[in-house]
Amino acid sequence: MKERVIDGQNYRKERIARCIKARSDDIYALTSQKEMWYLLFPRIVPIVGIAIVAYLLPIYWKKVILTTCIFAMLAVSWDFLSSCGMLSLGQALFFGIGSFAAGGFNHYLHLPVYLTIPLATVTGGLISTMILLPVIRLRGIYFAMVTLILPLMLMRLIEATKLLGGTEGLTGLSPFPNEWVEVTLIMAAMWAALFGLRRFIASDYGLIFVSIRDNDRATMASGINIYAFKAQALFIGSSVCAFCGAFMTHSYQFTGMPVFAMEFSILPIAAAAIGGMNTLAGPLLGAMLLVPLSELLREFGTLRIVFYGAILIICVIGLPEGIFHYLSRKYNEMERWVKIE
Amino acid sequence: MNILEVKGITKTFGGVSAVADVSVNIEENTLLGIIGPNGSGKTTFVNIITGFVRPDKGSVVFKGKEMIGLPPYRVTNLGVGRAFQMVKPFFHLPAYKNIIVPLSSPRVRASSGGGYGDKDAMSLDILEEVGFERDSSVPYKTASVLPHGYLKRLELARLIALKSEVFILDELFSGLSIAEVTSITPIIEKLLLDGKTIIMVEHRLKELFRIADKVIVLNFGKKIKEGVPKEILEDEEVKKAYLGVEV
Repeated sequence: MKERVIDGQNYRKERIARCIKARSDDIYALTSQKEMWYLLFPRIVPIVGIAIVAYLLPIYWKKVILTTCIFAMLAVSWDFLSSCGMLSLGQALFFGIGSFAAGGFNHYLHLPVYLTIPLATVTGGLISTMILLPVIRLRGIYFAMVTLILPLMLMRLIEATKLLGGTEGLTGLSPFPNEWVEVTLIMAAMWAALFGLRRFIASDYGLIFVSIRDNDRATMASGINIYAFKAQALFIGSSVCAFCGAFMTHSYQFTGMPVFAMEFSILPIAAAAIGGMNTLAGPLLGAMLLVPLSELLREFGTLRIVFYGAILIICVIGLPEGIFHYLSRKYNEMERWVKIE
Repeated sequence: MNILEVKGITKTFGGVSAVADVSVNIEENTLLGIIGPNGSGKTTFVNIITGFVRPDKGSVVFKGKEMIGLPPYRVTNLGVGRAFQMVKPFFHLPAYKNIIVPLSSPRVRASSGGGYGDKDAMSLDILEEVGFERDSSVPYKTASVLPHGYLKRLELARLIALKSEVFILDELFSGLSIAEVTSITPIIEKLLLDGKTIIMVEHRLKELFRIADKVIVLNFGKKIKEGVPKEILEDEEVKKAYLGVEV
């Protein structure tokens, strides 16, 4: 029903989102407070919601939020790399390098937490980019295979050479001052990564990264050195993961071979698959659902993985486009009654 | 003056000779047509000139500079632009955002500054030049929903955005209706008036011969004929190549 009459006055349905999206995407010509709120609402709700959970619930859930945020950032970084045409199966590589960098700085050089994390973020990003630079010309699945194998190689390397603590890892690293700082910091970092990267991808400069995914040959024929841009994307993406690694290291006061575990590579992809790819926000939403879900299923013991797998399959079959794409479409389709003059 | 000198280009793919010893000189501000039956090496020839494929032998000199061995983006930045036969727009981006990518190339940035937002206006101007109606929603539509004719125009727009000196158009007219071809032809003629050099690979001979200054014919990778369109039309060997008779 598109029209109706109330008290002799004609009304018709109109989308709330009419024009707001087009105007806010590019030229920022918002005209009223209502429009501002329309755009702010879906952004503020998750920020406030997660903050409430993080600050009010007991310590156990603080740790869950922490892990969730870390996986969410890994997923955002995975989606960023995939938006730039690089299919990565190796978030664990970036994560692990960041973790060992932070551990190394703290254990051998005795640097404090507030120095090791930024340092590990940058060095982790640099080392990851250097390692992958020789294979940056590979595309699609070939690039993915290299990123899959590298963390496993590094794991064995550390085991064999006994460098950086060998099989035992580095223990007794500096902790954060308290859990409040910890949880605030990781939430701030996660939102910064999400909104920062979304803004970046939408800029004229970020457009070039997206064009590489769409068609790398046409980007080259547009006079763009795609390898330089891919290297930049790799640095940005891996820095985000390295930050997560460094953060986790100080949170657990430990770094060792488990930081190269497959889990850190696979979960971000699962999160992106159920959340919705190429939006950055989708994978974050996916991680927000998957990680706590995995915690809730813990009481089922070994059956956990069965339920977990079943839920994943249902999500992928039911909403192949991803939850975020579905939600954002529904949100933009909302209608209201307006008077016909 | 020759703007592009191609000498002895040879390329074999696993024993199959794709291009064999092809040489051609292209004078500045002329239109060269390249024709030939399917599989005669036309696209490989274009790929070699633009750096996408490295030849076994031969040289390509653009304004006195050797281009063999340069990657495609360097070739583009020197001023040799290339449109693809299989259109390659950035499907997820709106049409006008497609043009922002070439506008961000070092070649264009060196010649014109411009901060955020200026590129949008530049891009819309260029799209208007190739026939996107400015006041309609067409330039803002995602490339994936645009009809084929517009995507071909988008390829042309990319080269104009790059301020290319040599336009290499690989089967620009393929898949277009007569009406679309007749509306794109004036754009090409205008480029010639602006002093550009154009190389067109074509199957639509009638349309090509109307605007070409010189035509070369390839068959099984070899250049079998070079001349003005009239000579080509009357040549027996060319007829045989096109009709499929063994020579």
